[in-house]
Amino acid sequence: MKRVALLGMPNTGKSTLFNRLTGAHAKVGNWPGLTVELLSAKLLVGDQMVQLVDLPGIYDMHGFSDDEKVVTTFLTTQTTDLLVVLLNTSQLDRQLNFVQQMMQQDIPVLLVMNMVDEAQKLGIHVDAKSLSEQLGVPVCLLSAKYGQGMEQLLPAMRQVLTVTSPTPSFTVDASHVERALEQCTSVPSQASHALTESLDRVLLHPWFGLPIFFAVMLLVFQGVFTIGKPLQDATAWVFTEGRTLLLEPLMATWPTVVQGFLLDGLYNGLSTVASFVPLIILFFIFMGIVEDTGYLSRAAYLMDALMSRFGLDGRSFVMLLMGFGCNVPALMGTRVIRSKGLRYLTMLVIPFSLCSARMQVFVFFIAALFTATQAPWVLLSLYVMSLVMAMATSVLFKNRYVNNDAFILEMPPYRFPTLRQILLRGWQEVRHFLQRASRFIVIGVLLVWVLTNFPMAVSAGSMDSWAGQMGQFMSPILSPLGISAELTIALIFGFVAKEIVIGSLAVIYRQEGQMLVSTITSHINWIQAYSFMLFVLIYTPCVSTIATIRNETKSLWFTTLSVVWPLCVAWCVSFIFYETATYFVRA
Amino acid sequence: MPYAPLPTANTANLRTLEGLHVGETARISALHVEADLHKRFAALGLRPGNWVRVLRSASLGGPMHLRIGTTELILRRHEARSIALAP
Repeated sequence: MKRVALLGMPNTGKSTLFNRLTGAHAKVGNWPGLTVELLSAKLLVGDQMVQLVDLPGIYDMHGFSDDEKVVTTFLTTQTTDLLVVLLNTSQLDRQLNFVQQMMQQDIPVLLVMNMVDEAQKLGIHVDAKSLSEQLGVPVCLLSAKYGQGMEQLLPAMRQVLTVTSPTPSFTVDASHVERALEQCTSVPSQASHALTESLDRVLLHPWFGLPIFFAVMLLVFQGVFTIGKPLQDATAWVFTEGRTLLLEPLMATWPTVVQGFLLDGLYNGLSTVASFVPLIILFFIFMGIVEDTGYLSRAAYLMDALMSRFGLDGRSFVMLLMGFGCNVPALMGTRVIRSKGLRYLTMLVIPFSLCSARMQVFVFFIAALFTATQAPWVLLSLYVMSLVMAMATSVLFKNRYVNNDAFILEMPPYRFPTLRQILLRGWQEVRHFLQRASRFIVIGVLLVWVLTNFPMAVSAGSMDSWAGQMGQFMSPILSPLGISAELTIALIFGFVAKEIVIGSLAVIYRQEGQMLVSTITSHINWIQAYSFMLFVLIYTPCVSTIATIRNETKSLWFTTLSVVWPLCVAWCVSFIFYETATYFVRA
Repeated sequence: MPYAPLPTANTANLRTLEGLHVGETARISALHVEADLHKRFAALGLRPGNWVRVLRSASLGGPMHLRIGTTELILRRHEARSIALAP
């Protein structure tokens, strides 16, 4: 099978084009000789199947960053039949050198000039035909986002792949590329985005910029909560009804152990987890909109001065924000940071980001123990706590992991996210969630069921069961935090993935939906609940995060540090909160 | 023993990007950065001969918001100091 690699500078719309070409069928996979996973998909070009690989965005073929090494290693070790080089049509002047480097790779090149919609708005014109003639490579003008011009891409790829095109007879030097681009493009002397300029005047205002930014974030979290909660309740209701109306009558004659295993173990656990799917979709849709508009680069601009005092920079802050969705992609996103010190420091603080899996736990406990008016503020306090923990850690470790990287970041114009992009992202996140579900959550809840129901003849979830014994064993450590034996079991399983926490409580208490809520309300008070939430917020997010940190750093010492440090902090913070709050309530 | 004139003695009088005010435009004359950073700066449009305009500057000593041609970017003042401008 022939192989096509997709290459371009960062922010040229590579993933948009990749998604546009492959739909939602991309797979993440390991490559021999490479330390990172790359996205690839099979694509039908004419009558032949090819493999399309999405390479990381880079600025220069001869740079020294990890991403640049990945690209050069890929191109030297993997046979590649075609390089699809993606360019931002509005900014061709600064990509000349890159084009020239790509044309020197001894691999057929196809130039894709993307974002032609933006270029047209700026009055920039490109004569694709004569450019193609002068450079000796095919050129496609298109907009991957809106689909404009996409119809030329596959035929152009097919032509390069079928015809063994002779390499250009002339030498491809920088001046040649520059001359060709100069002759074939026209850029008006005053090209700027009017809308972006007016928006930036407000959103990047020296005084109002930051308050507006925090208001936007608050709105996102509030929106997820207000829209998501009824949806979540509805999903939970469907699952409860499904059990009482359908599954219980169906299994009435089955042996009790099998019933218990399937209903109290698998079904209760899974349905509790599944009821959170609407919240997760909403969260990613909202964050996706913020990201696609280009506002995150503005956030980096606004926060950089503050972040530099903590030893971080604007990009670290954006990664922290991305971590609010899921820590794993945020950790991988730190690859753009070239200073090892800054990258490690950022990786050390990202796991404090309150990810959507932890949000599930909080939404559940907050709904159970706080009123509807208190709820958003309690959730906000946890988000603030998450940032405070990250910053405090950063300050403590900034002299060990020193930032010596330059801070330079492109500011894209504001863009409207398309419905297609938003839905695709929502779908990808759900798929990701369900993949995790099949791996961790099913095994997790089943394990909880086994541990709470064995040895034989103990009453389920009692302190005589294996889980109960584990909880009691840990209780000297966790009871000073107000965390009961049942919650301790949930914490132990939560180490694998936070998605399991609520599911395992459902199995431990042998209840789901509203019944589980009222059981928990009768067992613990709000101080215990908040102490538990603080612990869940701060200690290790999940096994995937640990694995990612290990993978990215290849350092056992750093991985150990990123597990042990948050555990200690979690214990101390919960302890201080629980003891102080209990003291004041008693007084 | 006579001192050789320090190269920094002259650069003090030279204009750098850090000193450029909001709304002003100037031409870049040189980049005093290491090779790897030079490549990245150039890829984003910061290269000798190009005109750069300061759109705004973040409060509390935060980064500068610049425009070079049709590219906009943000740059910390510390890095802006290493970009020399033509007089």
